[in-house]
Parts: sequence; structure tokens; C-alpha cells
Amino acid sequence: MRDHPLGQLTLARMREFYREPEAIFWVFGFPIVLAFALGIAFRNRGPGELRVGVAPGPGDSSIAAVLDHSPALAARVLDPAEARAALRAGRIALLVAPGEPVVYRYDSTRTESRLARLEVDEVLQRARGRTDPAAVRDERVTEPGSRYIDFLIPGLLGMNLMGSGLWGVGFAVVQARSKKLLKRLMATPMRRSDYLLSFILSRLVFLVVEIAALVGFGWVMFRVGIRGSVTALALVTVLGALSFAGLGMLVASRARTVEAVSGLMNLVMLPMWILSGTFFSYARFPDAMQPFVRALPLTALNDSLRAVMIDGVSLAALGVPLAIVAAWGLASFSVALRIFRWR
Amino acid sequence: MLGIRCAGLVKRYGDVVAVAGLDLAVELGECFGLLGPNGAGKTTTIEILEGLTSPDAGEVEVLGVPWADREGAGGRALQERLGIQLQETQLADKLTVEETVRLFASLYRRSHSVDEVLRLVDLEDKRRSWVSKLSGGQKQRLSVACALVSQPELLFLDEPTTGLDPHSRRELWEVIGRFRKAGGTVLLTTHYMEEAERLCDRVAIMDHGRVIALGSPPSLVATLGAEHVVEFALADGAAAGLFTADLAALPGVRAVRTGPERTALTVTEVHRTVPALLALLERRGAALSLLTTHHATLEDVFVSLTGRQLRDA
Repeated sequence: MRDHPLGQLTLARMREFYREPEAIFWVFGFPIVLAFALGIAFRNRGPGELRVGVAPGPGDSSIAAVLDHSPALAARVLDPAEARAALRAGRIALLVAPGEPVVYRYDSTRTESRLARLEVDEVLQRARGRTDPAAVRDERVTEPGSRYIDFLIPGLLGMNLMGSGLWGVGFAVVQARSKKLLKRLMATPMRRSDYLLSFILSRLVFLVVEIAALVGFGWVMFRVGIRGSVTALALVTVLGALSFAGLGMLVASRARTVEAVSGLMNLVMLPMWILSGTFFSYARFPDAMQPFVRALPLTALNDSLRAVMIDGVSLAALGVPLAIVAAWGLASFSVALRIFRWR
Repeated sequence: MLGIRCAGLVKRYGDVVAVAGLDLAVELGECFGLLGPNGAGKTTTIEILEGLTSPDAGEVEVLGVPWADREGAGGRALQERLGIQLQETQLADKLTVEETVRLFASLYRRSHSVDEVLRLVDLEDKRRSWVSKLSGGQKQRLSVACALVSQPELLFLDEPTTGLDPHSRRELWEVIGRFRKAGGTVLLTTHYMEEAERLCDRVAIMDHGRVIALGSPPSLVATLGAEHVVEFALADGAAAGLFTADLAALPGVRAVRTGPERTALTVTEVHRTVPALLALLERRGAALSLLTTHHATLEDVFVSLTGRQLRDA
């Protein structure tokens, strides 16, 4: 029985990809390493114990003892030179100089120091007999999905879809062109549409693995769940993968050398790495930039992924960002088809 | 029907005229060689015939299909009947021999099985090797396997043995020989004279985008009017051209060509010319630094037509 050309072309794509160890690492390993490192570095542990110093003076050791007794504080007496150095280097958040009045020395621009100022003052005032006129009670909540890792995993997913879409398609197309393999295939009865479709199909196959690896890792390691439906997540990722495959095709449509396409690809991806809210919220950029930032495909994709994974939003509510993702894909694919260099 | 027919073929790249009004007629079942130095227009010509490059002017007909019918489905139907090997193609490094052949086979409606093709090119024991692990000769045979997989009627080979060692070259010649025995038509380009003489029924010698000589290798050699070439150089580098007329008058000499380093005589009978030449040089007091003789080849035909050597022309 005769093999189907589309099947064989897709198989060839996949083989060429998975026989390239570097590609495997960058597509599957790298995002996981990144998620692991950032998840550990930015894990939510609250402010923890605040370190404060007490300068030598009347009653210094009793002040240190009182402060140290508070669960939020760690205090000890330091000699003046040591205290200055510790404060400058941030090893202590605040320095208490005993006397009348008691002096708090700290950098008011540091969040940690301001927290220490409140906590130290509270403890010292109470120790001197202050009472609270109003009765209060604390009620602590930990909102699921509010941790940094919950924010990060969907962003990495989006970034990965972009990277593997652009590299997976763009690099392979240009390599085939520069090695004259594309020209050789054009000398066969192969349909051009089969050739392009084989890239899309192999992307979709690897997509499943990519997504499963990263989402699975997020769940096992950090208990990052999917609040929305898995189907919605699948549809968003497929749309994202197709869109970036289209962009990859466009980037690769004319380039003759691998060097040229690598440069182009970085030019396309770099702004999105920074602007599209992968590692931090794009709300930090000035208002004037927001319309531009929101129009980027990765921004729209990241927003959609977060909406599904963190907020459990249904697809119907994601019309605008999904339309942006789809529009980028369609526009770049149709331009790519027009200007594609087939030999 | 002819295998290939083209008339008045022209192709320009900017100001450079790569093919300047070429006429060709290749019979079915024939092995036809395009011979010429680099830049003669061989590759451009063969790529136009393959349908990869469009001509600027002239008529092209391959297996009876005119250029105008090669758009879309018509072009694909013709490609089904052609086997093509390009000069510069590098097949995917990370696919095995078998996977590569199977990929190419899948692109054609009718094809040999993988086993048949690998047997044709004698690569059966390499079927599970990655392309990157093959030697130059094996890669070239794989490239020809991809051309043969569709059971083509017409096979295009562009410099199939360039860069191969003599052994690999002979192996590839055998592959081509087998294809011809089965009735196939071949158009190949080469700048190896020996290859053309060995494989081709007829050759067209090309230079600057034109055919400057056409015929079977023996008939082209015969146009030199003599079968042997005697070449010599003088020890003190003195120009032998000073006595060209004397050389031409030696017994058996048909033509005299003086080059910067050597002088070449086209002769009918070496055993009569050489003693006379030695006697002449002795009379002039000129000492030899080199004296060689060989059977006249297509190379000599090219030199006599253009005044240049083929390799470095």
C-alpha cells in the first residue's frame, strides 16, 4: 500500500525534530527548568522573621530580649560599627537606639524596613503598657492561584508555544531551503499544501507533549491546577500553536540562510518576551503602551491561558484575546503563502 | 516523440546571459551529456528542463509536454515521469536511508518499493544508517535512489559524480548503466570527459550558454582530424611559437596549438611525428623539459574549439 505523502512528510518532520537533542531540551526541558528555578526563588513564604539590631545603650539587652520574643522579629545587640554595616547591607531591616526618645534608624524606601518599624514599635509600646482601645480579630486567607508560580506557569506555556512554533517551523523551513532540499522536493509531484500542512501537524503532535510536560510538572511540583475546563485549555493552546506556526512560516518565508532567520526570529520574539507578561504583569508598562502590548499575540495568548487556568473562565468570555491570536495566525499565514520562496 | 526538445532557449540573470539560444533534441532511450566548464549554462539548462526555473524565451518540450502545460496538475503529472537529482541537494541528515527513500516514494503515484531502489543503487546494507553517516559516494547514490524511486522515464543527473573518488564514480556509472539497460532516457551534465565518453551516446559541448559542438564522443574526437596529441615544453621556457610553421610541416601533424606553458600537436601517427620533432628541436638547440602523448579526448576537442582548458576555463 502506498504511504500518504502528508503522513510521510509529517513523520520526517517529527523524526528530524526528536533526533535533535538540543531541540528537545529547548522545547521540553528549558521551560521546566525555568519553572522550577523561578518557582523556588519566588515561592510564597511571607515576610518571615524580620532581623533588627539594637545599638548599645541603657537597657539594650532587655529591649533586644523583648523584641526577640515576638514571633515576627529576630533581634540582637550589635556594636555601633557592626550595626552600621549590617544596616547598609540589608542584613538587618532596622536599628533601635535605646534612650529617651528611642530612635528607629531605617531606610523608609524598603518595604521590609517599614514592616519592621511597625512591628518593633508595636512590641515596644505594648511592653511599656499601651493597650488597644478597639478589639480586633485577624482572619487569614490564602487565595489559590494567587502565588507567583500560578502566574508563571501559564506564562511559560505561552512563551513555549511561541518559541516552539517559531523555531519548529521557521528553522526547519529555512534549513530545508538552504540545503536545497526544498528545491529538490519541488522537483517532485508533491503538493505545496502537503508540505506546509506537515509542519502544522507535527507541531500539533509535539504540542500535546509540551503542554502535558509543563502542566504536569506544575501540578506535581507546585500544585498548580487548572481551574477552567481542560477542553478550553486544549483549544486555547491549539489556537496558540497554530497562530505561532503561521508566524514562523512568515518569518521563514523569504530567508535563505539559517543565520538570517535566527536573527529575524529573535527580532520577533524579543519584544514579546519582555512585554507580553510572561514573567511579570504587563500592567507595569505605561498606559500609553498598553494598546500596543495588548495587541501582541503572546499577550493575548497569555491572558487567555491565565483566564482559563487561574480564573476558570469559559471560552465564550475570551472572545477578544482569542480573536487577536487567531487574527495574527491567519494574517501571517496568508502573507507567508503569497511571498514564500519555494526554492 | 522526443525525450527532450528545446529551441532558442534563453535565460538571463540580470545582465548575465546564462543560456543564450540553446537548441537540443534528445531521443528516447538515449544517454545525452551536457559538457562544459563551470558557468557554461549546464545547470541552468537542466533546471529549466526539470521545471525548476522558467525560461525567458524559447520552446521547451519534455516527454512531449510543452512548457505551457506544466502549471499545476499538468506539471505534477509530468513530474511523476521524471527522476531528478540536483547538484547541491543535501538530504536530511537525521533521517535514515530507508526513511528518506520512503518519503520520496510517497510523493509519487507509482513507485518502486524501498527494497527495489536500494538494490538498484546498492545501498541495502545502509538502510538503517542516518544520512549524516554516509560517505560522499553513498550520499550521491542515495540522491540517485530518490531520483529513481518513481520509476522515471527520463532521468536528470546534474554533475552526479563531482567530488567522488574513482571507485565511487565507477559504482555510480554502473547504476546509470542499469537504468539505461531498462530502457530509460538520461540527460546528465558533467565536466569529466571520461564520464561523458564512457556513458553518453551523444554529447553537446557547451560554452557561454551555447552549444559549440554536438555529436557522439568518437565523432567529436574525429573532428580533430587525428587521434593523438603530442604535448611538449622547452627547458628554458623559450617560446616554441617561434617555429610554428616548422612544427606544422612535421610529418603527421594536423594542428598546432601553442599555450603559455606547453605546445600541443594533434597528430595522426605518433611514431612518425615524435622522431621528426626531436630532430627539429635538436637542430634549433632547444632542450625538452616535458614530452607526453595521449589519445585525443573530448577535452582536446574543447581546447581546440575554445583555446581554453575545460577544467579551468
